[in-house]
Amino acid sequence: MGRRVLVTGLGSFWGGRAAQALERDPSVDVIIGLDTTEPTVELERTEYVRCDESYSILSRIVRATQVDTIVHTFLIVDSSAVSSAQMHETNVIGTMNLFAAASQPESRVRNVVVKSSTLVYGSTHADPTWFTEETRRTALPRHRVERSLIEVEGYVRDYAADNPDVSVSVLRFSNVLGEQIVTPTTRALGLPVVPCVFGFDPRLQFVHESDVVRAVMFVLDHDLDGTYNVAGDGLLPWSEVAALCDKRLFPLPPLGQGVAAALLDRVGVDLPPELLDLLRYGRGVDNSRFKRTGFRYKYTTAGAVDAFARSLRLERAIGSADPEYRYERDVETFFRHSSAVVRGRR
Amino acid sequence: MAAHGSPGRKRPKLVAVPVDPATGEKAPRRPRPPAAATPADGAAGADAGAAEAAIGDEPAGPGVSGPGASIGDERLSDVDEWGRSQQLRDLLARFFDPVYDRWLRVEWEGFEKIPTEGGALMVANHAGAIPVDAPSIMHGIERELGRPVYGLADEVFKKMPVVNVAWSRLGGVQAHPDNAYRLLREQQQLVMVFPEGSKGPGKLYSERYRLRRFGRGGFVQIAMRAGVPIIPLAIIGNEETMPIVAKVPALAKALGVPYAPITANMLFGPIGMWVPFPAKMRIRVLDPVRLDVLPDQPRYSRSRIMDTSEAIRHAIQEELYDMLRRRRSVWTG
Repeated sequence: MGRRVLVTGLGSFWGGRAAQALERDPSVDVIIGLDTTEPTVELERTEYVRCDESYSILSRIVRATQVDTIVHTFLIVDSSAVSSAQMHETNVIGTMNLFAAASQPESRVRNVVVKSSTLVYGSTHADPTWFTEETRRTALPRHRVERSLIEVEGYVRDYAADNPDVSVSVLRFSNVLGEQIVTPTTRALGLPVVPCVFGFDPRLQFVHESDVVRAVMFVLDHDLDGTYNVAGDGLLPWSEVAALCDKRLFPLPPLGQGVAAALLDRVGVDLPPELLDLLRYGRGVDNSRFKRTGFRYKYTTAGAVDAFARSLRLERAIGSADPEYRYERDVETFFRHSSAVVRGRR
Repeated sequence: MAAHGSPGRKRPKLVAVPVDPATGEKAPRRPRPPAAATPADGAAGADAGAAEAAIGDEPAGPGVSGPGASIGDERLSDVDEWGRSQQLRDLLARFFDPVYDRWLRVEWEGFEKIPTEGGALMVANHAGAIPVDAPSIMHGIERELGRPVYGLADEVFKKMPVVNVAWSRLGGVQAHPDNAYRLLREQQQLVMVFPEGSKGPGKLYSERYRLRRFGRGGFVQIAMRAGVPIIPLAIIGNEETMPIVAKVPALAKALGVPYAPITANMLFGPIGMWVPFPAKMRIRVLDPVRLDVLPDQPRYSRSRIMDTSEAIRHAIQEELYDMLRRRRSVWTG
């Protein structure tokens, strides 16, 4: 019997990408996607369910669909996108309810992958150059997105401890770059001048968006258990990242940064506080544990930056780097449900 | 207008690093040991239990991505994972050479005890309001041996704008045990640390050449875990380069720095704030201390650590007194 996979956050970038990758996998029988918004990517056989983060719906879905695998991508790591309350509802309450649903006696769940972030390590002046999965933070979490993800990982740990027969893996992704993904970092690098903090040139680490999807699929294929950092090899100074993107730096004052960020916010440049920390102290995570499982990265940090820079140049030349696919509900329903569609061929 | 605009205008600050087309590796300007570029390289070596594996030309095994395994690795600078840049060090060396040779006239004794390869942890006494002992040790070794020296230092540098970048590009590394372990065990580098911390340079001139507490012996524990020898260095002359006559604790607190000194150099006006006196500096390399313990243990005996730490402190202190007994003049040695 093939896999029955539940993808949370189907409408998000990663949920959609993960569902697309799962569709290409012949061993996956059923893909159910949950989200509060409709998916924005082309999907063939994924069943989309619009739902919120509440427990009653999630437990019914888990029971009714008998899923054996959960891909939990419905975690907000971009604090500029939503309000504090919404982030708490989605990340913490959503995860709590999801795992409550997955631990009910009728649940057939055997595999869980959670897409977390290296934000859980924070970014301070006392940090080591490389964080391993076990390195402790050097300061208490200061930003709500960090706190929220730490709480999420707490629920995941509890679930893993209570259900030793389930493979639970947490993937902590570093900042993602690529041709399509939009994050506060890509927006900052897309500005005519790239913001930096005066007198600081931190070293950052990136992972390419294709490696993110490959990592999720790799974990599912190998039934991996545990926590893994997912990040490209090497660290690049922010000045070099900007130079690779053919951009000049625009220094923000090192003091009174909140004021500067608020002013920039007014003109439409959103620099969330966790990004400002990163632009001061940077962050590196040790990716060797995940590599030892056999995973091979296609891109290093420099490679991810280069790929992003290429898409920036293309975008500058033609206006938009990737003509965005527009989700059309009727068409999608046709492709997913009509018997006229020959499935399993792409 | 257009005639003056150069096409390369947008990348003025960074110089492209020449890449060897055969190996895809950046050509270093000086011979230096091939540092493991990623934590994975090092971790793989640690797994094998042999740190040499991390620095050799090992083929890309599991968990190690070799050259060509990844896409698009062009770099515009040679800043390594620790933030050090050989190009900037070479640039600094040009300015520091006359200071080292003519102003401080640094002289070494027992330089041959510093290993030309393999990891080692150097510990020294630390003094002077703006200590010139650290750059002198690093400069001397890098010039003679052509191998980099990483200096572990207090996190306070990392909070200061501009200073943090300069410090890190020139070989400064945050003094975190993980960093020290990777540098020493996995990459077999030379690492320098001042166990007195900021209490060394922050002491008054009246307390010169009297070593402060050696922290909690963390440097011994790191050397034990990393399985590398400790090389004690005794330095004289550094105390006289910028003597502290008084301290202003309120100012230090306001600035968030460990100490705010009033130095004798300030008699010479604003320039004295930054320029050390031309005291003759002598650096004596003591016999390497090999720690007879198994590396990679999670814990080591606290008494063993403290005994070793005290013994090293005592040895440096005795050596300092011996060197001072032989010194005829602060300025000419």
